[in-house]
Amino acid sequence: MIDWNVFVQLTVNGLTLGSLYALIALGYTMVYGILKLLNFAHGDVYMIGAFIGYGVLQALGGPLDPSVPVALLIVAMFAVAMVGAGGLGVAIERFAYRPLRNAPRIAPLISALGVSFFLQNSALLLFSANFRSYETFSLIDPIKGIHEGVLNISLVRILVIVTAVALMVLLTFLVRRTQLGKAMRATSFDREAAAMMGIDVDRVIVATFFISSALAGAAGVMSGLLFSQVYHFMGFTAGLKGFTAAVVGGIGSIPGAMFGGILIGLAEAYSAGYLSSVYQDLIVFSILIAFMLARPTGLFGARALQKV
Amino acid sequence: MTDLTPPPDDPARPSIGTDEWVERHDERLQETRFGQAVGRVPSAGWLAGFVLLAALLPLVSDSQYVIRVGVDTIIFMLLALGLNIVVGWAGLLDLGYVAFFGFGAYFYAILSSDQFDIHWPSEVTVPIVTVACALLGLLLGLPSRRLLGDYLAIVTLFFLQIFITVVTNADRLEIPFIGHAVNFTGGPNGIPGVDSFDVLGYEIESVRQYFYLALGVFVVVIVALALLSDSRTGRAWRALREDPQAAELMSIPVNRLKLAAFSLSAATAGLTGTIFASLHTGVFPTDFDLPLLITIYAMVILGGAGSLAGVVLGAIVINVSLEALTDPEHARWLFYGVILVSLVAVLRPWRRLAAVLGGLVLFGFALHVIVDAASSRWTAGAGAGNDIVARAVDGWVLLPSDPTRIGNIAYVGLVAAVLALTLVRGVWRLVFLVPVLYLAAFVWENRLAEQPSVTRLILLGALLVALMNARPQGLLGSARVEIV
Repeated sequence: MIDWNVFVQLTVNGLTLGSLYALIALGYTMVYGILKLLNFAHGDVYMIGAFIGYGVLQALGGPLDPSVPVALLIVAMFAVAMVGAGGLGVAIERFAYRPLRNAPRIAPLISALGVSFFLQNSALLLFSANFRSYETFSLIDPIKGIHEGVLNISLVRILVIVTAVALMVLLTFLVRRTQLGKAMRATSFDREAAAMMGIDVDRVIVATFFISSALAGAAGVMSGLLFSQVYHFMGFTAGLKGFTAAVVGGIGSIPGAMFGGILIGLAEAYSAGYLSSVYQDLIVFSILIAFMLARPTGLFGARALQKV
Repeated sequence: MTDLTPPPDDPARPSIGTDEWVERHDERLQETRFGQAVGRVPSAGWLAGFVLLAALLPLVSDSQYVIRVGVDTIIFMLLALGLNIVVGWAGLLDLGYVAFFGFGAYFYAILSSDQFDIHWPSEVTVPIVTVACALLGLLLGLPSRRLLGDYLAIVTLFFLQIFITVVTNADRLEIPFIGHAVNFTGGPNGIPGVDSFDVLGYEIESVRQYFYLALGVFVVVIVALALLSDSRTGRAWRALREDPQAAELMSIPVNRLKLAAFSLSAATAGLTGTIFASLHTGVFPTDFDLPLLITIYAMVILGGAGSLAGVVLGAIVINVSLEALTDPEHARWLFYGVILVSLVAVLRPWRRLAAVLGGLVLFGFALHVIVDAASSRWTAGAGAGNDIVARAVDGWVLLPSDPTRIGNIAYVGLVAAVLALTLVRGVWRLVFLVPVLYLAAFVWENRLAEQPSVTRLILLGALLVALMNARPQGLLGSARVEIV
């Protein structure tokens, strides 16, 4: 007999984790859609975002004695982390990827690997190997939230899910309805043709990097609030899982990334709950392999025609 | 709009549409007699000379430390040669490479330690391990049949992650039908007490003996690879790297070649792993992690992916430099040496060089005097070491009494300044170069020098990015030529 309490709790955990992965996956998918580049440094941008959030938290008095109202504090953490991470993403594009845009495919990948490693160890130098804590429990009362029968969602989880959904709605609006979104879609469809139609491709790429990195920064703050700990190596596994989510959803597809993120989050939560928390990475990895071999275009991706 | 790629008329950039070899014909004719003579030495001659020189090392130096560094360097050369097969020749980005090295080391350790009380002689173990690694490489190569570069990279990276997870947790594996948990890998504690190499009853014990063993293996591997490089397979690999579709049209068996590359590189890594495990008389999960992967990549890229001599050179340069970084006085020599050498190499004519160096020295001393007069707190700290450079530096670089916080801020500023410097052109670049170099020295003395283990990793990451942008062919590799 299934214990519904546990099942519902795992589902809630999976959904929160999934919305985090979805935000990271969006970054991979957007950059890949436009540049056909796997941005290895994306996970580390997420890590830097989490550290920026921590910095804002400390600058505004710390979690125990904040100098501004808590709601404002959290908004400020998100805002600064998103802008900071976005700026970092733009800098990475400008200095590590743009010069290599016409190089053989392996060159930007190695450059990305270098950036990722550089960021990771710079964080290690600047913040040392200690875990930093957001101390969310003193910031947001862990008892508050929805408690109805078997359903228990703490306020932090509600906050994370709502913010993630809001960001995704905003992104969808941006891509579907605005001039910039149109330019992004055109560029990802065919970069040369877009340039010939008068689209400033460089500007579109910069905007894409800014948006995708800002989403990663927001995800970083969310993970800080959720798990209450920040450290220099957190971007590595999160990046791998975000990428898996993007592949499962179909790389290049925005709704796919959202869906894939939720799917990976749920898979991880259930496997941690019912199978083994040590080998949950192995399970995510198996999902990735299965998808790559059986359906490389993912759930939502269109079968790409290879032009020669 | 400034662009980082050199303009089309820049002589450093191979022009599109012309073959590089044809293009540089005149240049070759102008070479000095010495240069031509160097060019005529066959590669076997270079190898023989190199091995002879290397073999002299343990005879010249009595220090255990030097020989130890020598063995480590040879192990890295072997690893870089193995990675070169799959990355440099076949052009596949394999980020799980270190897992094969680890697998080889662990498998060797299991077959020759008290873990399961198996103590097989090395002439039996080594072939078994190597073949097992080759098979594992074949297995990981299977997805490469269907996956393009980036997907393959992430799958292999995940594979490494899984390898580390499994090895760290396989100390209590439940095996069906046995009934009790089996300790395979010792978990986080690893497997200590691995037997030393034992070839045909002759036991290899001292570091010096390991040095010659590793050197022998190196000679065998590099000769095999050199023969392979010129063979049909080697040429097919390079064709595959340049354009898989064109290669397939030329009826090259693309999939089989990809698998062969994976398998051979895994076998090389596994073979190296056996030496590593017995040399260190133990294996631990932390030995086979991401930093090692980046180190080997940096070696291959720095030397020049695809070039055997380049890869060996890359391994020597990087391993010796990293080793030097662990000692503060050596690290300082290395830091200022590298800056000086690269200034000499890049700045022409010599008047510019003199201007920058003179400006740098004056700038430092002037700033030091001014700041010292304003507040002595900024010069109260002391640098490490006490040799002549240390004393010179003490009067030149600001050394605050509490360097951590200001050092961190300066580090972030330095990264931003170096990036900004790449955007500036002409005479302003020279002008800005002086304060940026001074800032670099400041950060080095106050922050980086005291944390060598982090610094080396930061430098490796930065090196990869810088090389890919400035000189993707590395030191000895040949530039890719676009023939359109």
